[in-house]
Amino acid sequence: MTAVLEVRDLRTEFNTRAGVIRAVDDVSFTLKRGEILGLVGESGSGKSVTGFSLLGLVDPPGRITGGSIRLNGTELVGLPQSELRARRGKEIAMIFQDPIATLNPLLTIRKQMMMALEAHQHMTTKAAETRCIEVLQRVGIPDPAARIKAYPHEFSGGMRQRVAIAIALLHDPAVIVADEPTTALDVSIQAQILHEMRSLAAETGTAMIWISHDLATVSSLAKRLLVMYAGKVVEEGATGTVLRDPRHPYTRGLITSLPAIAKPGEDLLQIPGTTPSFLSLPPGCPFAPRCESAEASCDKMPETAQSDERMWRCHYPLGLSGPDPRGAQQ
Amino acid sequence: MTAFFRIDRVSRAFAPEITLGDRIAAKLGARVETRSLQAVNAVTLELAKGETLGLVGESGCGKSTLGRVAAGILPPSSGTVALDGKPVLLNGRKATTRIQTVFQDPFASLDPRMKVGETVAEGPVAHGLVSQAKAGEYVSEWFARVGLDPAFAGRYPHQFSGGQRQRIAIARALAMKPDLLICDEPVASLDVSIQAQILNLFLHLRRELNLTCLFISHDLSVVRHVSDRMAVMYLGRVVEQGETAQLFETPAHPYTRALLASVPKLTLDDEAIVHFEPIEGEIPSPLSPPPGCHFSPRCAFVQERCRREAPELREVQERRFAACHFSESLIEQGSSDFKGFDR
Ligand SMILES: Nc1ncnc2c1ncn2[C@@H]1O[C@H](COP(=O)(O)OP(=O)(O)OP(=O)(O)O)[C@@H](O)[C@H]1O
Ligand SMILES: Nc1ncnc2c1ncn2[C@@H]1O[C@H](COP(=O)(O)OP(=O)(O)O)[C@@H](O)[C@H]1O
Ligand code: SF4
Ligand code: SF4
Ligand SMILES: [Mg+2]
Ligand SMILES: [Mg+2]
Repeated sequence: MTAVLEVRDLRTEFNTRAGVIRAVDDVSFTLKRGEILGLVGESGSGKSVTGFSLLGLVDPPGRITGGSIRLNGTELVGLPQSELRARRGKEIAMIFQDPIATLNPLLTIRKQMMMALEAHQHMTTKAAETRCIEVLQRVGIPDPAARIKAYPHEFSGGMRQRVAIAIALLHDPAVIVADEPTTALDVSIQAQILHEMRSLAAETGTAMIWISHDLATVSSLAKRLLVMYAGKVVEEGATGTVLRDPRHPYTRGLITSLPAIAKPGEDLLQIPGTTPSFLSLPPGCPFAPRCESAEASCDKMPETAQSDERMWRCHYPLGLSGPDPRGAQQ
Repeated sequence: MTAFFRIDRVSRAFAPEITLGDRIAAKLGARVETRSLQAVNAVTLELAKGETLGLVGESGCGKSTLGRVAAGILPPSSGTVALDGKPVLLNGRKATTRIQTVFQDPFASLDPRMKVGETVAEGPVAHGLVSQAKAGEYVSEWFARVGLDPAFAGRYPHQFSGGQRQRIAIARALAMKPDLLICDEPVASLDVSIQAQILNLFLHLRRELNLTCLFISHDLSVVRHVSDRMAVMYLGRVVEQGETAQLFETPAHPYTRALLASVPKLTLDDEAIVHFEPIEGEIPSPLSPPPGCHFSPRCAFVQERCRREAPELREVQERRFAACHFSESLIEQGSSDFKGFDR
């Protein structure tokens, strides 16, 4: 399969008064047509900034300071804003956690969708409206021909998110970056949307980057998984493989922290301590202060290691002698 | 035998809330609802001493409202709440310090201008649990118990992370030596790794202090982990109640069953195609609940009778309660597949 998106050594920094925050640090990955890639990590690990970087949406004091983003073979890093804007929404689109941020409360859904369409394409009003209704139908809005005339506040949270997804789909983009799109929704609505997004990716060939802090959601959707910590990808691989047999101690800690896999009432195998501030990262491996496997050499930054289509960034990777996500627990 | 803590046929209605959306809608000429909203509808729950009852349900189903009524913070429209046989509310005011609360957003519940040590000491000193002279020592003791450095007592809330603030909120509640702790989404805004730390802390202290606890959460795996029994709410009513393990194993209400099926599971098989079974439709507005069984428009098991006749919450098995006409046959059909792992 062909790669629609190739990201190499991406770096995004924020120049703040307190110092430079490198929110995205040497991030690399490849996304194939129709593939759903999961991007997980705790809050502040750089997931959203990675997503914004891909769309050229990082605002000052932030900027991309290195690396490459190739979308369908075209290099995006360094392109002028006008050219990025021409691609945004058309070839690559983003969905946010809060659809309110995407939708204008004062305009009807129809008006907003028509504007989004006309930004990239000249169509007759009739054809444009037909297209809008078609995508609304696609994301499960009942009676779209009538509902398109409504205002955002007339929709529930789940329906608003569907409208935001519909707008992202208008131009059949090659890539959709979905940043925690179901985090604010109830589980019953989340299940509907996960179901629809997966069939969308399969039917339209649109590739997706699914950003979430929830391993369970990502694992039920994404074939491949990236785990971020303090701006770096610390592990990558096929989702099930990584979750069954993590290489990085942080990935393991995330899994064993989940009450879903523990025996009720028993202690969870927690990660001690808290996420470090970007302004006072330890000299070597950023996970070292919380890591049980840390040794003296961990004060040097581990390079990425690769084998069997997976990648990790740790001096003392786990499990090379056998799978063991939770020791004696299972 | 009277229960240690009893919520008896509690209902709570609210006058309609005018939101920004409503105001825009009204400007644009739309009709805006003016009926009152039944947030909690005739709920009865009992807790034995030392027991943790988990309360689950989707957004807006009335969990927090019920939690606030149970805590004596919000008066019910009707019904009573009693701890050890004594009413929690007297003349519309909370009449006991034996019930304490921990909420989702510890930042909102801590006074930003007060040193956190003072926040923890305030209640116990005011109620004579400890003298002003001994307050510092008492605070240090509680800080240590919740895993905070006692040297932090002189700092302000903004100097702490979310997880640390939740530890402070727990210390403040427990320093009052409560018999009943009401937790409303205490880990919902925390990262997974911090959530695990707080859940461990909660489990330890609960055991140590023999706490009775009402634990509200929308996260089923969290509730399964901490609670002995649980209650499931839908549109202001309890639709099912029973022992946690049993309820996960063989749900007796179609809503519980569908809810369990909706939760994404950790999938460990690379080739697995996860089969989602979403519940159809949306939660109806509590302003205009459907006739008969409130779940009927979305229920996979719906029959003609359900649209006419609202099912009462009844004992469908020993210590199992459900509000569905057909719970028995649902139990017979057997187990749900709710597991953390989906191998
Ligand atoms: N002060 C209030 N005034 C008007 N309506 C209210 C008020 N508080 C709650 N409600 C309404 O009562 C219903 C139940 O709300 P409640 O906060 O108890 O839900 P919840 O189950 O805790 O939801 P969540 O999971 O989102 O916290 C909702 O429809 C809500 O909008
Ligand atoms: N506009 C900004 N100015 C300064 N720092 C920022 C800005 N936006 C994000 N950051 C920092 O970048 C880091 C990564 O943030 P983010 O990508 O939003 O995390 P995540 O989405 O993983 O929760 C955080 O430390 C955050 O504070
Ligand atoms: S490099 Fe060292 S400190 Fe970092 S995760 Fe690996 S073992 Fe732990
Ligand atoms: S009473 Fe009928 S509609 Fe209601 S939950 Fe039971 S089967 Fe479904
Ligand atoms: Mg984010
Ligand atoms: Mg609530």
